[in-house]
Amino acid sequence: MLNNILEISYLIASVTFILGLKMLGKPETARKGNLIAAGGMTLAIIATIFLYENNEGIRLGNYLWIFGGIIIGSIAGTIAARRVQMTAMPQMVSLFNGLGALCVAIISFLEYFHSYQFAAPVFNVKFLIILAGLVIGSVSFSGSMIAYGKLEGKIKDFHFPFNQVLNILILLVILVLLAIPVFGANHSLNILYAITILSLLYGLTFVFPIGGADMPVVISLLNSFTGIAAALGGFLYDNQVMLTGGILVGSSGTILTILMCKAMNRSLANVIVGSWKSQGGPSSAHKEVKGSIKEISVSDTAVLLAYSKSVVIVPGYGLAVAQAQHVTKELEALLEEKGVEVKYAIHPVAGRMPGHMNVLLAEADVPYDKLYEMEQINPEFVKTDVVLILGANDVVNPAALTDPSSPIYGMPILEVINAKNIIVNKRSMSAGYAGIDNELFYNDKTKMLFGDSKKILSELVSEVKGL
Amino acid sequence: MEQLIQFLGENINSVYIIILSIFLGIEVISKVPSILHTPLMSGANAIHGVVIIGAIIVMGLADPNDILSLTLGFLAVIFGTLNVVGGFVVTDRMLEMFKKKK
Repeated sequence: MLNNILEISYLIASVTFILGLKMLGKPETARKGNLIAAGGMTLAIIATIFLYENNEGIRLGNYLWIFGGIIIGSIAGTIAARRVQMTAMPQMVSLFNGLGALCVAIISFLEYFHSYQFAAPVFNVKFLIILAGLVIGSVSFSGSMIAYGKLEGKIKDFHFPFNQVLNILILLVILVLLAIPVFGANHSLNILYAITILSLLYGLTFVFPIGGADMPVVISLLNSFTGIAAALGGFLYDNQVMLTGGILVGSSGTILTILMCKAMNRSLANVIVGSWKSQGGPSSAHKEVKGSIKEISVSDTAVLLAYSKSVVIVPGYGLAVAQAQHVTKELEALLEEKGVEVKYAIHPVAGRMPGHMNVLLAEADVPYDKLYEMEQINPEFVKTDVVLILGANDVVNPAALTDPSSPIYGMPILEVINAKNIIVNKRSMSAGYAGIDNELFYNDKTKMLFGDSKKILSELVSEVKGL
Repeated sequence: MEQLIQFLGENINSVYIIILSIFLGIEVISKVPSILHTPLMSGANAIHGVVIIGAIIVMGLADPNDILSLTLGFLAVIFGTLNVVGGFVVTDRMLEMFKKKK
């Protein structure tokens, strides 16, 4: 009886996951969808704690430990999620993903330990599932941690020679190690440790060389890895909700990854392999850019903006970091009052992730109908008087269109270079996230407005007011 | 090979579920506007936190004297909960901002 109630709870939870994901795909229903999935998850967890029994009919114990863990995790999770700045969202997602993956790895490890403590593992499917969960969970964990560190700016892009060869080598060694216990030649925990360490290492060497705009793709990919690992856990415990939840995330995550690649005109293989192709070329990252830069003052900018007919604002990560979305909105309103037509041009990966900039601008109440996606706005730049670029770099870099040796070559960009005037607000001349110089800044039409976005924009606002 | 076929036969229901879930996952996600990619990824992230159920089972079945299993299981429960709770809360925060437009 109890067991049947448990199974029904799992069924309901699985349905909420499907519904939740479906609703997350539409702006109007997204929030409700998230809450529905969260409700289903709560149901599945509570039902497991009180109703689960294993094949021998043994109920769960150690309640103090279980509730202790859940309470600590809930408090820490809520605090972290409430405090994190919207700008730091991608690394937060990556961090949570890593923790979920670590959870899978630990479970696999414990299962191995329990099942084979006294007997050599026999080659069966359960054994393979345990090891697969361990490998995928470990790779996803260490990979996510590196992704987190990179987005947080704590870890620099790190290229080393023969990276690809090394990756393949590690994978081969893992396969060989997996084969040893499978054929019963040796069964010692040392092999398990070695597999774990190598899998962790693989996560590192896999994510280390990937950088720039490709990061969100990797996060999404690691996300689906963790989903698959969770589904393997479902097989292990014959648990349908883990199976459906994991596979749903695994498959939808894979599709999401591919959609993102498409949005950036990259193939998945290109993202994973591309990073090492670009490092060796003689004319890669440190290409000498000709020409000189021209600075412009805040007051000149104010005049130029206020007496234009059309202005397009290109918000980038610099704006996000400075939390300048509210001042930007203020400037937009002022300019509109003066009869200037203002639009926002949103690159699909503006910020640090697809859709990240939309989240930030929504925070500042910028109306939806002023946000233009890349395909809509690109033909309009020719008719635009002034483009105001706020801390965007890679997404406006013309090298993506013209320089095959550039690491971002092939990525669709906002073609701001076609506008009549280009004003670039940056803190300094340092390169953008992809670590490459930007020819645009040396263009004849471009003027640089140095300074922190928020400070510069507030000054611009008061200047425009005074005009 | 024999092992594998036997396993598939015994678990044929799970195999059906997996295959149908794969199609469902693909079907549910395709054609999502890119403005929703970040919240969607975050929401999916929270859902794979369903592994916490595995962690709870490991924890609950562990021998109360088995300190290694208890400690590791305890950590697994904490990490799993962080994934679930943090994931859903962060997603909700993001989506809350979208809602304000009207």
